[in-house]
Amino acid sequence: MKQLLSGNEAIARGIWEAGIKVASAYPGTPSTEVIENLPQYRDDIYCEWAPNEKVALEVAYGAAVAGSRSVTAMKMVGLNVAADPFFTASYLGVKGGFVIVNADDPSMHSSQNEQDNRYYARAAKVPLIEPSDAQECKDFVRYACEISEQFDTPVLFRTTTRVSHSKSLVELGERTEHEFTPYARNTKKYVCTPANSYAKRPLVEKRLADLAEFGYDSPLNRVEMKGTKIGVISASVAYQYAKEVFPEDASFLKLGLTFPLPMRLIREFAEKVETLYVVEELEPFMEDQIKAAGIPCIGKELTGTMYEMNTQVLRERIFGTKPETKLPDVDAVPRPPALCPGCPHRGFFYAMSRRKNVVLTGDIGCYTLGGTPPLNALDSVVCMGGGFTVAMGISKSFEREGVTDKLIFGCMGDSTFCHSGLTGAAEIIYNKGNVIPVVLDNRITGMTGQQDNPASGYTLLGEPSNDFNIEKVLDAMGFTVFIVDPLDLAAMNETIDSAIALRKEGKFPAIITRRPCVLLKRMPTPRKLCRVDPEKCRSCKMCLGCGCPAIALKDGKAHVDSGQCIGCTVCAQICPFGAIS
Amino acid sequence: MPNVKSVLIAGVGGQGAILISRIMTEGLMEAGFDVKQSEVHGMAQRGGSVSTQVRFGDKVYGPVFGKGEADILIALEQMEAVRYAPFLKPDGVAVINAYRQESAATAAGLFQYPEGCLEAMQKQFKCIVVPANEIAEKLGNPRCMNVVLFGACCGLMGADSVNWEDVVRKVVPAKALELNLAAFRAGLAAAEKQE
Repeated sequence: MKQLLSGNEAIARGIWEAGIKVASAYPGTPSTEVIENLPQYRDDIYCEWAPNEKVALEVAYGAAVAGSRSVTAMKMVGLNVAADPFFTASYLGVKGGFVIVNADDPSMHSSQNEQDNRYYARAAKVPLIEPSDAQECKDFVRYACEISEQFDTPVLFRTTTRVSHSKSLVELGERTEHEFTPYARNTKKYVCTPANSYAKRPLVEKRLADLAEFGYDSPLNRVEMKGTKIGVISASVAYQYAKEVFPEDASFLKLGLTFPLPMRLIREFAEKVETLYVVEELEPFMEDQIKAAGIPCIGKELTGTMYEMNTQVLRERIFGTKPETKLPDVDAVPRPPALCPGCPHRGFFYAMSRRKNVVLTGDIGCYTLGGTPPLNALDSVVCMGGGFTVAMGISKSFEREGVTDKLIFGCMGDSTFCHSGLTGAAEIIYNKGNVIPVVLDNRITGMTGQQDNPASGYTLLGEPSNDFNIEKVLDAMGFTVFIVDPLDLAAMNETIDSAIALRKEGKFPAIITRRPCVLLKRMPTPRKLCRVDPEKCRSCKMCLGCGCPAIALKDGKAHVDSGQCIGCTVCAQICPFGAIS
Repeated sequence: MPNVKSVLIAGVGGQGAILISRIMTEGLMEAGFDVKQSEVHGMAQRGGSVSTQVRFGDKVYGPVFGKGEADILIALEQMEAVRYAPFLKPDGVAVINAYRQESAATAAGLFQYPEGCLEAMQKQFKCIVVPANEIAEKLGNPRCMNVVLFGACCGLMGADSVNWEDVVRKVVPAKALELNLAAFRAGLAAAEKQE
């Protein structure tokens, strides 16, 4: 019986079937559900959330060094964080199969850039495997482990949002246990001294040449020969679109092992067809290499390098077929994402939005939405951990440039603090930054859908963990720590004032805003309801400034949507006329 | 691609578009169709505009289609029907919840919520308009609005062998079964009234 699984669910199943025993990851859309679906196999697989992607990759790599099959998973920017051990692991090699699942996000549905991580495989000189649907997601994990062991290399297993988050029918298999051989120290192999790496260098090149030849008849690559007029080389989800868009008699070379490219196979295929297309999303990763090998083909001049494809986009770009559409004669206005009604971050961002001469650098998470209208409370959001350190750079610039009228704050969430905020906090203390760090502690990793982290007190399996105490950590570094309920606006403002006063005395204050995420099931927020007294409402619109989706003007007066309101009372605390209760 | 039907479900994050697609795909699988479904997680879920796509037929390749390719548009909110209307084929059918939900941008007064969304849709497309929120509220819980809307659209799927009520029974949580069955039947009746 086939099951309808998302690509990520299928990868999780594939991890189990392949006999993998250790899995570690940090959540990141669109990769999160890979590891999130592993606790069902807890008897066979150790699985965990790590504090960040670098830690996760190192933990999984360590298991592969020890001799187990292992996996890590991350979104594409996660591999930027984990790039250091990734590149070195390529030289050192493995004992047990080692798979790095990497989910790219073309069109940036939930990401800060559109990087094409296939280039990481080329840069680190490791094999790249790309499934095109959920069945391949499951099946290819086993191949990835086998290739990893046969060629003594990590394997990059790349999906995209539409591979990870599309569901299709999957025929399940059974688990095959991987045999563990006794561990023995192997200094030459696993200690990356310059001398050892120098000696490894030619072996890495030979490995790539061997893999390119391996791809010639690997089951990961297949030729679907039909007519000889049109040939299409494609991989990943682009293959699915191309199968639908090109004529029935087009021949396909469908690649699952896309680095190193099986150039002998490609050349043979190219020679059999009159016109050759290369269809791939984002960059001309395959096309550039195919052209460099002297094989003429059509690709990016038609398909473009930006944003994800779909059937219509590809049809229009290749064949010029415009879609037939009808348009209604009204226009939809934007519906941007917003902080949820009752979100604890709203109190902090509202308080900051009312202050003049403040610089507030933000970070990656739900609180990125503190930068959207009407709050507009953020100066920058760069990357995980950047919330503290970008503020630090701004403060040092201001010192040199003589800017003295600005108060500088940097903020990030509890999970991000554990991910890469610790080093930023150390930087502020060490180099005496004129920055007030703020940890927005909502007891969970919110944006990716409620994952536990070191500060949440629970593991991936939902078991209680050691108490990682954010205030003690900041205190030990040398900060004076304030803890406040951000939805109590008076207390929030008082805390900000106290912190500013302390900073002016030359001390180093840090603020923790603490209240559980309104969606956190473990600590449910009691549901109440705010009501507007229309007699008292004077239509001043002050309440709209908190950016809550549950409050809007209706017939000129403030109106609370009872379906959305959770009764956090931020709007009531703002109202100067006591009209909301 | 003949024999493949494409459905787009549009709404606001948190309205329950995913449950509709789960009921739909479960039934289509049982009927023996090849099925693909695609959705987006993360940032967009926080009160933003969201869409889910379902495709089914003898053999489905692409999990995601584009403009002018949907046979059916299911909109859980009326402005979202307008936003995703370009995805409908000119002869496609729209099933629209008459509900109107402000966005953070209209609530903050940055944009005006457009008037006449339903009429504009009806002028261009065959539409089934259902007051799904009102119906759901009468049944006791506005959250089952999504199942009301599914009831209103299941007749369009062309999967006549499927007993959709049984599928609803299978997919929704047991403790909310009676409510969701009532919601499904109310949606079915509301659509029949419009035929």
